[in-house]
Amino acid sequence: MSSIQQMSKNHNPLLQIENLNVEFLNHTGNSIRAVREVSFTLGQERLGIVGESGSGKSTVGRAILSLIPPTGKIKAEKIALNGIDLQKLSELEMRKIRGNKISMIMQDPKHALNPVMRVGEQIAEALRLHNNIARSEAKQKVLDILKDVQIRDPERVYRAYPHELSGGMGQRVMIAMMLIPDPNLLIADEPTSALDVTVQMQILAIIDDLVREKGMGLIFISHDLNLMASFCDRVLIMYAGKVVEECQASELAQAKHPYTKGLLSCLPTVENSNQILATLNRDPAWLE
Amino acid sequence: MMKEKSLSGWRAWILAETPDSALQARLSRFYLSWLSFKRNPLAVIGLMIVVFLVLIALFAPWLSLHLPTEQNLADRLQAPSSTYWLGTDELGRDIYSRVIHGSKITLYIIFLVAVIVVPLGLFVGTTAGYFGGIIDKILMRITDIFMAFPRLILALAFVAVMGPSIENAVIAITITSWPPYARIARAETITIRHSEFILAIQQQGASAWRIMFKHIVPLCTSSVIVRLTLDMAGVILIAAGLGFLGLGAQPPSPEWGLMISQGRQYLLDQWWVSTIPGIAIFIVSLGFNLLGDGLRDVLDPTNV
Repeated sequence: MSSIQQMSKNHNPLLQIENLNVEFLNHTGNSIRAVREVSFTLGQERLGIVGESGSGKSTVGRAILSLIPPTGKIKAEKIALNGIDLQKLSELEMRKIRGNKISMIMQDPKHALNPVMRVGEQIAEALRLHNNIARSEAKQKVLDILKDVQIRDPERVYRAYPHELSGGMGQRVMIAMMLIPDPNLLIADEPTSALDVTVQMQILAIIDDLVREKGMGLIFISHDLNLMASFCDRVLIMYAGKVVEECQASELAQAKHPYTKGLLSCLPTVENSNQILATLNRDPAWLE
Repeated sequence: MMKEKSLSGWRAWILAETPDSALQARLSRFYLSWLSFKRNPLAVIGLMIVVFLVLIALFAPWLSLHLPTEQNLADRLQAPSSTYWLGTDELGRDIYSRVIHGSKITLYIIFLVAVIVVPLGLFVGTTAGYFGGIIDKILMRITDIFMAFPRLILALAFVAVMGPSIENAVIAITITSWPPYARIARAETITIRHSEFILAIQQQGASAWRIMFKHIVPLCTSSVIVRLTLDMAGVILIAAGLGFLGLGAQPPSPEWGLMISQGRQYLLDQWWVSTIPGIAIFIVSLGFNLLGDGLRDVLDPTNV
């Protein structure tokens, strides 16, 4: 709560989104509204976006970077980073924002790293794209950040190819790659869903530490409600492209919207592990 | 099992299940590819022919008995003998020495074509595949136009316009052989374009050109290399064809196609004048074809 109050005193919040709509044209010429009238502001806090598959949570992340497939269209009243309207920027200026100011951690490190490029080179590329620095200096920075994401043998990993790393290591490399240009905002798109449960917590701890240390804003996209509740400050619940509810993570259990309640009741808990789990009864009214 | 035990030191090292260093792992990978390549006897023959061709070209001055242009009119149209191993032509030049020196020209043409055609094809193909839409349509229709003509005819037309010489023959061959490379590169690019790691680097703010040349081109190279070795035979044949028609290498160059052309009036009585360079062309194109087939089996994982 305190962080939000601080931000409101500040003249410009880190990220301000008003009335974001994303539409995709399908083959018959009809448009599908993947994201509908989403608005939120973000300070230096950890905002969670939850929702089921296809609810538009990843699309929100990509729309912020204006990287959606060519069939899609972004319409918004405002997408502003530190008060700069991202919609008014040219493609060239937008490229300077991507990675440099806003980074995105993707789901599966196995697919998100170039298979024929050494890991060190890939991380260094992220840095060298935005900063004009020497190769040797870049290498030193890469080794440092690999240490920051708790890779024990940075020299070896620097020279490794992605297939030589485990899933957890791959995701750490991914985080290193996204954090090395020192962005102001980090979007983590289900960063742990391709990983084992045991590794998940380590990765989250690393993200948490680094986000705190560097004072970044974090948008954490996931469908795991429990994870959200424990990891984020604030949670948006999305359904069919709309934000149906916004609440403090600590108050998630007292959520008011029937969809959120429904989702919560679908989760097994230690106390009611013997009961048949509830299923979600969708109300068409939620779509309105 | 007996054989396993008798593995000598370096083989045991190279085939180790758990390599100690990245270098060993890489060598081991390479050695395993070599083993699978070696299992195909025809491919090995192809490789031997190509290596042999390169060696002959390198050591041509020492292997030949005469200069390729040295005339000895007293000994014209001699049958193969101990002095002239493969006979002499209508100007008394030693055919053996000329065939050996001709290998240099063949390699020169192959090398230049490969060096020009691969980057050109990759450039057109990745650009079309990556940007898609109207750029893709325009580039691919241009490619189709080039593919619509028979290769030799198109090459002939180009050389006829530019004037006969080896360099122009190379340019003509290049112009006729890039389209398949563009097609391959485009197909590969389209499959790679939507991968997560391309999206990841886009999110890092990389430019389109950077993505194309640093991230997509390296992944296209293996299929392009296979295509290149398979194409080499065709390149040799077109170069020889242009030489034969008088539009490639010019006399007194010992280019094989040109030699066939010059010997054809003596074909009935002095068969060796045309036949020997013909056999050389045949063996070399066969070698490249066999090698290309073998390489495809090793390098193309989709074809196992």
